Formats: sequence, structure tokens, C-alpha cells
Amino acid sequence: MAVDPAASRAEAQDMVFRAGKNWLRGLGALAVLGAFTAAAPLHAAETKFHGGDITGTETGKDFSLTDPDGKVRHLADFKGKAVLIFFGFTQCPVICPTALSRAVEIKKLLGADGARLQVLFVSVDPERDTPEILRGYTQAFDPSFLGLTTDAAHLKETAKDFKITYEKVPTGSSYTMDHSVVSYLYDPAGRIRLVLNHARTAEECAQDIAAILKDFPAAPVAAPPSPTPTEK
Amino acid sequence: MKIPTLLISLLALSGSLRADVTIADAWVRATVPAQKATGAFMKLTSKGDVKLVSATCDITKTVEIHEMSMDGEKMKMREVKAIDLPDGKTVSLKPGGYHVMLLDLPEQVKPGQEITFKLVFEKADGSRETQEVKAKAYPVNETPFTDKAAKEEDAKH
Repeated sequence: MAVDPAASRAEAQDMVFRAGKNWLRGLGALAVLGAFTAAAPLHAAETKFHGGDITGTETGKDFSLTDPDGKVRHLADFKGKAVLIFFGFTQCPVICPTALSRAVEIKKLLGADGARLQVLFVSVDPERDTPEILRGYTQAFDPSFLGLTTDAAHLKETAKDFKITYEKVPTGSSYTMDHSVVSYLYDPAGRIRLVLNHARTAEECAQDIAAILKDFPAAPVAAPPSPTPTEK
Repeated sequence: MKIPTLLISLLALSGSLRADVTIADAWVRATVPAQKATGAFMKLTSKGDVKLVSATCDITKTVEIHEMSMDGEKMKMREVKAIDLPDGKTVSLKPGGYHVMLLDLPEQVKPGQEITFKLVFEKADGSRETQEVKAKAYPVNETPFTDKAAKEEDAKH
């Protein structure tokens, strides 16, 4: 599997920069990054992923978001599955359908492991994205995809936890949302593992997810119940 | 041979009167129930420098021209006043770039539905002409007329 360590590093680096509002933390991260970059050629073969490895960071430690049925969902609800989470809004005709279509493609490429991937779509436009729209929208792509929303204040907190930004931008008659388009991946143990840029292809994402799922063997398929013996 | 000559000159005249923009692969992304906005996409090739300055359609009153761009990993969307169509160059209105934005949709846009657009083009001299195009709605999870979609379509045959 062709991995470009430089690209992966750039992705991780990008994350750190965007996180770096706090000067000191930014500097610390840069120092760590510098050490990593300097040592990188030695470890190039160890770079397993196309996406940025953010294992062990504080990004998206947990979330508390409402699904279209009104049920509050947390990260722990999806334990046992890899979780691909990204932010968007349904009035977006351009990038959000692309991200969701990529998720469909990733699931397909994973084959049997596709069932071990949960896709979560978090709305950055709670004002317009009602549960009804969210449900219809995500299910138009895949019935297993889950749309999540929350109120404006809690969305702000959640976005901060995920280091994503969004802004309402007025247009002639209405408004649109500018927003970060990275996707994050959790492993089946609920640990944050990867940041996947929008430009990553479905193939690259699927390879990364497959590599992570490999460390978590699928639960053995229950043997079909033996037919009840009957008298002849 | 008088009549054919007249015909040809009439044709040539009518050609010069209307905006010479070829519109291909026009499509609209269908919506899910209650969704109030979507986008229209197409390929425009103009004979002579013109600008696409506005659009209207038969399913909503609110139509804008938007441009999507990426700032790092951030998606930005802006309304634009016009799209330049330089002579002979095909400009694609596609997801990830320019698109015609349909807002305040009163009803769901269903896959297969045909939507009529009127596009207004402005020439260098400021004169404006309107051209009509019909676009078919494709399911929300499809992006037709891409290289990939063409490949998949080929694979089916």
C-alpha cells in the first residue's frame, strides 16, 4: 500500500497548526513535531496511514449529540465499530454530498468490514437542519448513516472539541455555512486515531480504516442454529 | 440559388442575435423532503467573451450564483456577481466550484424532475441575452457527468 509519509505528516501538521490558538501549546507541539520530522526518514516505513495519525490527542474525546429520534448519543454508543465523523449541513449542494458519497464508497470498499463502520454526520446548521431533514438526507446515502444535531451553544463546544470551525455567511437572500471539512476516525475501542482531509480518496480512507480494523478482530459469526431434530 | 442563399444569411443573422453559448450536461441535485436548497450544475462554452450574470428557474424564485472554494480544509461559499466565460473555453459549474444555487424551494425536487432555467449572459458591450436550458434532477447521492460517472456508465454497457 502506497503511503506518502510526507503527506500524512503534512496532514498532522495542519491539524496542529489549526489547533494552535494557544501559543505555548502551539510551540510545544511544534517542538514535538520538529523532532518527529527530523526523525521521520528513519521511521518512514512505520507510517501506516494516508491520513494524519492523531492517536492520543485530545481531539473529540467524546460527544453528546442528538439523533433524529431525539436520542442523545455518545461515543460509547458506537463501541465495537470504527466511527467516521464529519461536520456539514444539508443545504450544501456541493461538498457535503461529496463527503457522504465518499463515505458510501469507503463502506463498499471495506467489503464485509463495512458493517463495522459507523458514519456520523454532525450538522453545523441546527437552525435549518431539522431531525426530519437530517434523517432523510443521511439515509438517502446509506440507511445506517446517522445525522446528529444539537443546539447552537452546545455545537460551539462540540466544534471546539473537534477543532473544527464554522461560520454563518449571509448571501443575497439567505445564509450559507463556511465550515471545516475534515473527517475523523475513531477505532472500535473509541480512541481517536486519524484525521482525513477532504481530498483523501475513498480508496485511501478505506485502506486506513481497514488497517485499523485489522487490530480489532471481528466478533466471530455465530454458527447457525442446528435444525431441530424431527422424527422421520 | 437565391433561396438557399437567403436562408443561409437568415440563419447567420439569427445566430448573431442570440448569445452563442453551448450548454451541456445540465443537472440539478434532487432534495430530500423539507430540504430548502440545492444546486444546479452544467458546462458552458461561449463563442465570444460573455459573462453569466444571472439565472432564473421555474421551481423557485430565489436563484443565486455561488462559488465554492477551499481555504485549507475549510469550505467557503460565496455569492458571485458573474461568471466569466472566455471565448471557446468550457467553464464547468460543478460541485467544488461554481454552481447555480436554488433557495427557498417550496417543494421537494424529485429525481427525474425536469427544471427549466433561463440564463442571462452579458456581452462585452453590455448587451444581455437570455438562453433557456432544461436540467434533469439526479438523486441526492449521485453526481452525474463526472469522469467517474462516465466510467461507471460505460461499465454498465
